[in-house]
Amino acid sequence: MAKKEYAFYPGCSSQLKASASNYLVSTNAMCKALDVKLTEIPDWNCCGASVGYCEGGELPRIAINARNFAQAETHLPGQDIVATCAACWLGARESKERLDASSQLMKETNEALAAAGLHYKGEVNIRHMVEVLIEDFGYDELKKPMKKSLEGIKFAGYVGCQTNRPFGIDGESFENPLYLDKMVETFGGEALTSYDQKVACCGGALAFSEPEKSQKQIRDIVESAYDHGAEMIVTPCPLCQANVEVYQSEINKKQGTKLNMPVLYYSQLMTIAYGGSAKEAGLNGQLIRAEKLERIAGK
Amino acid sequence: MSNANVQANLSNLARYQNNFLREVEERVEEGHMVKMCMQCGVCAGSCPFGPDWEHSPQKIFMMIRAGKREEVLGSDSMFMCTSCYNCIVRCPRELPITHIMHGLANYAHRLGLAPKGQPTRVFATMFWNNLTKKGRVNELTLTLGLYFKDGLVSGIKTALGMQSIGLAMLLAKRLNPMEIFGGHGVKDLKGFHAIVAKAKEIEDRKKGFTA
Amino acid sequence: MADNKFAAYICSGCGLGDQLDVKTLEKIAQKEGKMQVVKSHSFLCNAEGVQMIKDDIANEAVTHVCIAACSRRAKTEAFHFPTAAMSRANLREGVLWVVAAGEAHDEVRQEMANDYVRMGCAELKKMKLPEGNPDKAHSKRVLVVGGGMSGLTAAFEAAEAGYETVLVEKQAQLGGWAAKLWKRVPFKAPYTEPQDTGLAELAAKVGSHPLIKVHLNSRLAETSGAPGRFAVKIAQESGAVTEETVGSIVQATGFTGYDIARLPELGGGQANVVDQAGLEAMAMAANGATIKRVDGKEVKSVVFLQCAGQRDDSGKHLSYCSGHCCATSIKQAMYFKNANPAIDTAIMYQDLRVPGMGEDFYRSAQEKGVTFTKGKATGVESSGDGCKVSFRDLILDEETSINADLVVLATGQVPTAGVELDAWTQLTSEADGGSADAKQKKVEMEKVSILNLTYRQGPDLPQFKHGFADSHFICFPYETRRTGIYAAGPVRRPMDMLQATDDATGAALKAIQAVENASLGRAAHPRSGDLSFPQVRLEGCTQCKRCTVECPFGAIDEDEKRFPVFNEQRCRRCGTCMGACPVRVISFENYSVDTVGSQIKAVDMPDEFSERPRILILACENDAYPALDMAGLSRTVYSAFVRIIPVRCLGSVNTIWITDALNSGFDGVMMMGCKKGDDYQCHFVKGSELAHYRMSKIGDTLTQLGLEPERVVTQEVAITDNQRVVTLINDYVAQINELGMSPMKGFN
Repeated sequence: MAKKEYAFYPGCSSQLKASASNYLVSTNAMCKALDVKLTEIPDWNCCGASVGYCEGGELPRIAINARNFAQAETHLPGQDIVATCAACWLGARESKERLDASSQLMKETNEALAAAGLHYKGEVNIRHMVEVLIEDFGYDELKKPMKKSLEGIKFAGYVGCQTNRPFGIDGESFENPLYLDKMVETFGGEALTSYDQKVACCGGALAFSEPEKSQKQIRDIVESAYDHGAEMIVTPCPLCQANVEVYQSEINKKQGTKLNMPVLYYSQLMTIAYGGSAKEAGLNGQLIRAEKLERIAGK
Repeated sequence: MSNANVQANLSNLARYQNNFLREVEERVEEGHMVKMCMQCGVCAGSCPFGPDWEHSPQKIFMMIRAGKREEVLGSDSMFMCTSCYNCIVRCPRELPITHIMHGLANYAHRLGLAPKGQPTRVFATMFWNNLTKKGRVNELTLTLGLYFKDGLVSGIKTALGMQSIGLAMLLAKRLNPMEIFGGHGVKDLKGFHAIVAKAKEIEDRKKGFTA
Repeated sequence: MADNKFAAYICSGCGLGDQLDVKTLEKIAQKEGKMQVVKSHSFLCNAEGVQMIKDDIANEAVTHVCIAACSRRAKTEAFHFPTAAMSRANLREGVLWVVAAGEAHDEVRQEMANDYVRMGCAELKKMKLPEGNPDKAHSKRVLVVGGGMSGLTAAFEAAEAGYETVLVEKQAQLGGWAAKLWKRVPFKAPYTEPQDTGLAELAAKVGSHPLIKVHLNSRLAETSGAPGRFAVKIAQESGAVTEETVGSIVQATGFTGYDIARLPELGGGQANVVDQAGLEAMAMAANGATIKRVDGKEVKSVVFLQCAGQRDDSGKHLSYCSGHCCATSIKQAMYFKNANPAIDTAIMYQDLRVPGMGEDFYRSAQEKGVTFTKGKATGVESSGDGCKVSFRDLILDEETSINADLVVLATGQVPTAGVELDAWTQLTSEADGGSADAKQKKVEMEKVSILNLTYRQGPDLPQFKHGFADSHFICFPYETRRTGIYAAGPVRRPMDMLQATDDATGAALKAIQAVENASLGRAAHPRSGDLSFPQVRLEGCTQCKRCTVECPFGAIDEDEKRFPVFNEQRCRRCGTCMGACPVRVISFENYSVDTVGSQIKAVDMPDEFSERPRILILACENDAYPALDMAGLSRTVYSAFVRIIPVRCLGSVNTIWITDALNSGFDGVMMMGCKKGDDYQCHFVKGSELAHYRMSKIGDTLTQLGLEPERVVTQEVAITDNQRVVTLINDYVAQINELGMSPMKGFN
């Protein structure tokens, strides 16, 4: 029997052959090592993401999140909803908090859900995977299944925005959260704790609509990692991962830089530390290969 | 949105006379918090795209109080929000600034006053339509849609420019070319659409929108 | 009186015995210091060591004790011998902890310790045990001037503490400014709504208190005397005069609003422009209903203009912030919103300042829909039925305007502090010179006096900045520059009602402390409890008046022959008079020209070829000496060529000490005192300033002696300067080395 069970909300980007599919692959491997059972919320839908605001409005966004809650509540009773995507976690948790705070909104939301024969009772709990790791396991517990050390690799822990603000992880500071650094250190890696772009914004969805402004952010994020001596960036957010990794070649092309910094998920690091293969860690999904990590995986 | 609808929406606003603040309080998401701004400017200094805003959140709050309706709702400033939430966590008055910016952008968009062709407005609209179509985001059609938003020729140019990235994503199995034929989606699509439609209907009713 | 018997006790604890030759110190105390009893102890401040001293005092008739151990600021409870005069030689903080370690420094370290023992013994020889002022003054009654919120509070608090109180109010009823208010800014949680002033209850409690005597329609016609024995003449409007004797005085005479007639640019004088007091009157009349203008129209829109005639840098209006007006406008905006939320209320501010819990009140107003606009009004003109306020929007950076039925100007507080003494002094000297015009002006000026003090230095409290009766007694609110008279409320500095009531309570406690000290013949703050007091040999006095002019506290009057008349109860024991006296006839029992002079002369002076200069440091005991001690505590090394003598205040430094030091071969003299000037930190107000002034005049003396001006320097030192003092010392020693040894060495 699995030690811990959660209602899993993978989100659109983590689907098969989507931009964060390597996040999902490595999450599955990591959870296996930790004896965590993730059950997908049946027929889950998109959270609306932040950028959905423009056309979506308030109630439709809350209603689609509540649809997921209702499904989880009904089919996976008592299990916390766990999201791996920062936007999913934020969108869901924001919706939940607003529903908790307003009986009027709850009434209207259920009116909308009733159109599909659903009802939300208001009982779910929304967590991020990182919260599960830190709060339900803790660094010492996470270290137990470790088989390989990440010794010799310098990581810039790039926390980004939405896994950090506005809710925060484990009560850490918004300006200098240390959980990624602590995780890196737990698995033997060298954490560059003074990395100054740790909580900077990568441009988020505006990487699509305002590429120049966003790429300025991304360049700062990668260059600062280089300045601190990093060999890899590690992040908990799929949009951060995609933006920071994918656009490096574009920035090189436009601005003549030579950025080539691998950007990984914590779950990939952990899968390798737990003895998983490069494939299990989704390392084949990197646009910029994490060779040092591949070497450890191959040992 | 039809012209008649725009007119109908605008005529609903007559009761606010010159009180834009009251309008915002009643009709914009989290708008009731605008009056609590104490004009410290921390939001303006905390925004990653700060220099790109014509009016910082601080100024927008002041403009609302000063009744500058057209200037606020016609501004592209709110569309500069990356939803990084830095302003929210730093605001000493705990104004949900990110949400208010979203709310104002949504309101301006719904009234048809937001700048036409504003890239984020276009992208955000496409995003919502994309996700509501199937219940989940189709990254390929979303991306392609964005590239072709300005027409075919410019779209091909952009797509070609981004080709290497697309190819790399493809090779890394992080972009599915088959998504163009549908891709992921919720099974109970009918129910999902019904929820979205009903929620929109309630919200429109509540906020007095005709469409 | 029994003969004096001198004893020295040398401690070898805290490592003193390891680094110093205690036997030598003993010998010096005996031979050079002429101590009849000399003992050393390995732990002098422990019970056994202290008992040894106590036994000697009790059994051996020791009357004078020199403790050669740690700083005089350390172990004061252990070394407390009320029946013996005492000096302290600072071997620990002054030698052991500040001289570089190692054998190479053994010689200079020992020399320094030897000198401090010599100095401690020499000082002791000249000291007497202070006996306290024999002229004890026994009135413990407190006089409160002003029956507003501050005065009522001070009177009530003093009376509740058991002190008989006399309250004088010029109006026919109690209440002052507070009586004009409809409500007050909240002073209790949750700080969200205007509250009742509570004035009626307080006035009733004061009126019926058995220990409080209230004089209405009254002013002080004359105040003479000193703490513990003030004689006041209370004149009623009718002309009747009552005399009262009181021990101390609280002046709580409040403020008036800045006259809006002086603000025509902001609409002052227009019918629909009022000040905050004007609005209170309208609110009183409305009694909770919608406020009406003079023309009877209900106000539907109102704009408050903050900082009206305040924080003005043009020199035309008040330059300061009055502190309360932002919260007051917020409160007044709520009068409107609470009557009718639809009334447009805008507060136009440049910087919103709401001290204390005002932030909650501000937030509450925002929640009620009061609009806050950051802007600066440029003009108010009458427009249509109301006013048009033109302003610069400081956020949107544009010129714009807003219309309102009513405009309220938040004007500032102007203190009611009485006569401005500098101007009065000027007129007095002109009048004394025979100017009839000056005489007439002086009579006019004195009409506004509050206290009508008979002091030589003028009829009221000295004003500090902007006419407020503050003292800039750093860290000591309520203190004024007149002992036993305390200022409370907006007469002291701009403040709101809550601060004023706190202020009044503090001042009442100060007033109580003052009468208690006076009744025991002791000093008040900051040498609280000091029993020494200035003694003067009038037969040597040349009536030069320097002491009477320079006393920072107006303690010294003049008799008809222009001899100084010391009012010991007014004295703070700073010694400024002693420093001023050119014929050196003023002294304290334990602090005199001789106690310091003999220390200077006791230092063993190496010859000019020794390459060991000697530098005298006269360090103010309030800031500089603690800073030097702290340098020791942090084991910061400084030159072993300095010899430090603590003084009560640089104001007490008599120039004879400088001359003596230079004559006896010191190579340099450095004075360390508190900051002077407008933002002075001198604990005795003028001491540091006076010392600088006196030293600037010493150049002639130096020239006569053939010495360079750099041989005497003055430095400002704050208590936090424990590292800086070290730099100052070392730099000065280096400078003196550069200059070469004093040519005066070896002449005596």
